[in-house]
Amino acid sequence: MILTVASGKGGTGKTTVATSLALAVADISPVLLDCDVEAPNAHIFLQPQFDQRREIGLPIPEVDEVRCTGCGRCAEVCQYHAIVVMGGKVLVFPELCHGCGSCTLQCPEEAIEEVPNLLGVLEAGPAKDGIRFAQGVLNIGEPMAVPVIHELKQWRPFPEGHTIIRDAPPGNSCPVVETIQGADFVLLVTEPTPFGLHDLRLAIQLTRELDIPAGVVVNRDGVGDDGVEEYCRKERIPILMRIPLDQSIGKAVARGEALVEAFPEYLPQFRELYAQIQSLIDSRQGEALQLARGTRSSNGSKAGSL
Amino acid sequence: MKLAITGGTPQIETQLERRFGRCAYFIIVDTETRAWEAFPNPAAEARGGAGTQAAQFLANQGVEAVISGDFGPNAFTALDAASIQMYTAQEGQADTLVDDFLAERLVRVTGSTGPAHHGGGRSQGGRRR
Amino acid sequence: MKQLVILSGKGGTGKTSVAAALAHLATEGAQQISIVLADADVDAANLELVLAPRKLTQEDFWGGKVAAIDQAACSGCGECAAVCRFEAIHETDGVYEIDPIACEGCAACVYVCPTEAISMVDQIAGEWYRSESRYGPLFHAALYPAQENSGKLVTLIKQHAKLLALDDTHDLVIVDGPPGIGCPVISAASGEDLALIVAEPSIAGVHDMRRILQTTEHFGVQSIVCINKADLFSKGTKEIEAYCQEQGIEVIGSIPFDLNITRAMASGDPVTAYEPDGDASQALRGIWKRVLSVLKEQEE
Repeated sequence: MILTVASGKGGTGKTTVATSLALAVADISPVLLDCDVEAPNAHIFLQPQFDQRREIGLPIPEVDEVRCTGCGRCAEVCQYHAIVVMGGKVLVFPELCHGCGSCTLQCPEEAIEEVPNLLGVLEAGPAKDGIRFAQGVLNIGEPMAVPVIHELKQWRPFPEGHTIIRDAPPGNSCPVVETIQGADFVLLVTEPTPFGLHDLRLAIQLTRELDIPAGVVVNRDGVGDDGVEEYCRKERIPILMRIPLDQSIGKAVARGEALVEAFPEYLPQFRELYAQIQSLIDSRQGEALQLARGTRSSNGSKAGSL
Repeated sequence: MKLAITGGTPQIETQLERRFGRCAYFIIVDTETRAWEAFPNPAAEARGGAGTQAAQFLANQGVEAVISGDFGPNAFTALDAASIQMYTAQEGQADTLVDDFLAERLVRVTGSTGPAHHGGGRSQGGRRR
Repeated sequence: MKQLVILSGKGGTGKTSVAAALAHLATEGAQQISIVLADADVDAANLELVLAPRKLTQEDFWGGKVAAIDQAACSGCGECAAVCRFEAIHETDGVYEIDPIACEGCAACVYVCPTEAISMVDQIAGEWYRSESRYGPLFHAALYPAQENSGKLVTLIKQHAKLLALDDTHDLVIVDGPPGIGCPVISAASGEDLALIVAEPSIAGVHDMRRILQTTEHFGVQSIVCINKADLFSKGTKEIEAYCQEQGIEVIGSIPFDLNITRAMASGDPVTAYEPDGDASQALRGIWKRVLSVLKEQEE
């Protein structure tokens, strides 16, 4: 299975849950991908030894000034104004370029070549308890996280893993969309407060937009109100686990200790969480299969998504 | 020569707009005849790369000098490459600024004055197939 | 008129709680100034939950463009799919279609199509609002799910806040920033006079604080730091102080872990209004005072 652990609101405990889940099922050698490439933290808890590294770049245009006639076609086709012709000279603005290749294709003199503009780096290696770990790290000053996340997902530094856990960034915009796409399930970690609920709603809208089933983990349970409970009940979103508000958990995580290492009594709960997610995925796939075969009407309920 | 001033309205009395890339209008004045024309800035609503697009527009118009409040780094690079002189002012009407320019009272810009204005030009994408 | 942005690197360190408290103190505290607020965390905008805003205007946000194929003109040659680098063009039974979520708006397909069957269509990517809040005008937004161009929306919100502040002679724009260090953060930080970094002393928090400080430095924005949940991990707090000292960055205050912050949020108030005598509120008053003097020092 491919599971994305996301949240909407930042700081709810995505990395805490993702790393604990990986440790709880370490016996099946899961892969943990830290897709929060702007601020990756999972390595703190799983202590990987990186033995593979790959630099990620975006192909940006480089113009051969000898062949260039200054016709301006490149500037005309560029939707981002990343390449302009000024005073007969072609200027490229790398931070505006999306690497689409259009200018290169359209240059009538074939005067443009693409060269990589470094954005970030991917790193992989074995971590605690046989967990296979990989992360992406965006270079400081680079605006675009998505290409790094995309390459991280495509990279196969390990032989095919059966279980991939993707630790997502906070928010609901493109980096989160990229981290969710292709997953079988999204586990949303929330806190039972108005901020948590507000952002959970947005995250659920996102999972519905992408048509991927979702479930919730309520972290710091007891801290706020029952808005999240009510919402999940009304929208029929399964709450798969609750972690109580507990200062000692907060402090252990602050020190860099994985939840299930500081408190091994949580291990069975995380294993149960994994099993529940697997079963929700199986039942959704079963329904999808029945739908495809026409043995089920199209308004049959889909687990957790609508 | 042709001189451009970043303005808020299409009038010669318009107040200076500080930001180069996203001004509403360029007032382009012939400094010899004082004939002028106002052009809507094609980059005003650009998703990103406003500075470079605006610079390209002025280069296409044959402008040789421009007066604005802030020139971001991309705009600066582009205008400089086309040898378009940049002058800075904090406020004033376009017609008065033309006088200031001719009387050499304006400060010439030799480096980017404004911060990069990230209009979200990088909308998060760009992965190779 | 000055502009202050509140950032963190790591999510959940308390940016919005701090922003709301500063807004309250600006309006009702000991050092009062006139402010405009902007919530730049456009895909998870929470500031309105503690400011009781009244919406005055609502506008569509036009993000970017996406490509669309006119099936009548399409010859099914597949050239578009061959050039698309964003996996946005899919073929099913000979019919080519563009996925608007994946489409980056680069228009490479438009220019290669031999029958000119593809055009670029503007997309409404969200909404933005001007509201009146308890402490001043508030500009905020909602990006629609799975939409791009959050950076552009952030810039738009900030521009409107700035223009209003200039027109109506407010003293300060306070921008509640997003987590991370990428595009929306860069847009939020651009052009700001001062960045207040709300740091958390956990190992992850310190790690991410370094990255956001490197980012604000990269873009030339002066930064100061305040430590939230300061008693969570004393080793972390010391590390923050040591790093900031080494980098010449001022740590202007420490807010101890205080449940009043969550209670205040649940009640829809800034903590300084909800429980003015609590530990967090006392710390925040000191922080606000120092923010104002740093901004004043910039003038000199």
